[in-house]
Amino acid sequence: MADSKPFGVLAEFDTTAGLYHACEAIRDRGFKRWDSYTPFPVHGLDGAMGMKRSKLPFIVLAMGLLGAVGGFLMQTWISVEAYPIVYSGKPMFAWQAFVPVTFECGVLFASFGAVFGMFGLNQLPTFYHPCFNSERFLAVTDDKFFIAIEAADPQYDEATLKELFNELGASHVETLEA
Amino acid sequence: MGHHKRTTITLEEATVPADHPLQGLSKKAAVVGAIGLVASGGLAAMSSERFFFSYLTSFMWWLSIALGGLWFVLIHHATRAGWSVVVRRFAETFMAGLPVLAILFLPLLAGMNDLFHWMHPEGDKILEGKVGYLNPTFFVIRVVIFFAIWALLARFFYNNSAAQDTDSSPSLTHKLRWFAPIGIALYALSSTFAAFDWMMSLDPHWFSTIFGVYYFAGSAVAIFSSLVILAMVLQKRGLLEGVITEEHFHDLGKLMFGFTVFWTYIAFSQYFLIWYANLPEETMWFDHRSHGTWLYVGAFLCVGHFVIPFFFLMPRTIKRIRKTLFFGACWLLFMHWVDMFYVIQPVLTHNEGGVDATFHLLDVTTFLGIGGVFLAVISKKLCSNPLIPTGDPRLSESLTFENL
Repeated sequence: MADSKPFGVLAEFDTTAGLYHACEAIRDRGFKRWDSYTPFPVHGLDGAMGMKRSKLPFIVLAMGLLGAVGGFLMQTWISVEAYPIVYSGKPMFAWQAFVPVTFECGVLFASFGAVFGMFGLNQLPTFYHPCFNSERFLAVTDDKFFIAIEAADPQYDEATLKELFNELGASHVETLEA
Repeated sequence: MGHHKRTTITLEEATVPADHPLQGLSKKAAVVGAIGLVASGGLAAMSSERFFFSYLTSFMWWLSIALGGLWFVLIHHATRAGWSVVVRRFAETFMAGLPVLAILFLPLLAGMNDLFHWMHPEGDKILEGKVGYLNPTFFVIRVVIFFAIWALLARFFYNNSAAQDTDSSPSLTHKLRWFAPIGIALYALSSTFAAFDWMMSLDPHWFSTIFGVYYFAGSAVAIFSSLVILAMVLQKRGLLEGVITEEHFHDLGKLMFGFTVFWTYIAFSQYFLIWYANLPEETMWFDHRSHGTWLYVGAFLCVGHFVIPFFFLMPRTIKRIRKTLFFGACWLLFMHWVDMFYVIQPVLTHNEGGVDATFHLLDVTTFLGIGGVFLAVISKKLCSNPLIPTGDPRLSESLTFENL
């Protein structure tokens, strides 16, 4: 294990303010592969990290439209082609009757898009995360705040990063095993 | 976030200055209203039946904004809403126009013979059966009850809110919250039966239990659009800078979007059940709207009141950019007028033995007449009181509100 490439550098902060400003500094230095970890949502942290808006709405829209169009075509095919039955003297292609199911299919697929799209964008389920190689990281569910910069980042340089984190007021900095 | 938001606003900042151009709006609106009403009166001499149908269309449009304002205020208090404090006074101002709408209703009483076929039930078995409800005396009694409820609720909620501007007492918030659910019940029943009486009973053989909700859905769309427009007009005139932000507009936009879908849901539910059951006394309402150009008006309503606003208002950016949201609000108010036109005027077309929708100068003059008087009253109210409920305990919450 000792000779394997590291996952990155983990820095621990004692306060939300410390974490917030450190995130701003890392954002401004143009790092790409990094994340912050907190015990509770920190208001405005997404802005401090320079995160772009999620692509999720487009996935939801596409899935919703797909569901609605698919639901409508399915009913049309069943009622007109596969199993034509006259009911209430209505025409085979009685589009009015298809609307509720079309709507429901749209909502169902949009919901699938929202839930599973969120899973996908968050890379869930994740069964293993290198951060948990650090004993100190367990405090992330208690009262400590963390930033991890991954070795995959183009600007990654372990020594410089450790220095940077110390400058930014981290209470503890360590190298994470992959 | 990085930029700092204000957390308080002084009474002075929230008041329209005495020398501000907006102070003259009331007089201008009154002039437009007077001209509109006089012109309508002149045109009425030529065709009285047309006058009453056009007048009713315009009246129901303006009423839906005032009633929407009342509903917004009631819901705001009942749900202890925080974000909407900065726009609540606008809604309160719209609802403060309800008493003057009571006076503007009077011409319709003179037109009952022209408007309501049920005035002459003789020989019509169905109408004779409904005479216990649809008779002139009870109709007028109900008109009085509806406007009494609305005027009293509007007065009570406006005055208590205005009293808080100076004394900042949280007990007034508690008081209004206690009364809001009672107000909601009264509002729901009165606006439902008003829609039954003034619009649904134009086709007295026809009935639709969802009709009251249909009118309500339109009025919800109308009030959110009106709040957006009023807030933007005031900011264009240099008032309330940084008080109403894109965060508030975003939320108003979401509600416009949501209630556009709600309107569609209700409108389709009404159509769908009637289509399915296929009973002659129910389908005749749509039958009167399925011939000639009325069919195209109906199709335009589907596209313009649902498809276009649905996709237009969906993106987040559209709701956060003033110009696009302003356009959306104007469009929805226009479509709401088309909706009122579609509900009310085919009855006239049918009475005249025609099949086509016709637009008449009276549709414009009555719209300006009622609207001018309504706006004269509410803009006077708007300018003589603070534009923001400055004493509300949740004002700072509203000022710093952000969408996540």
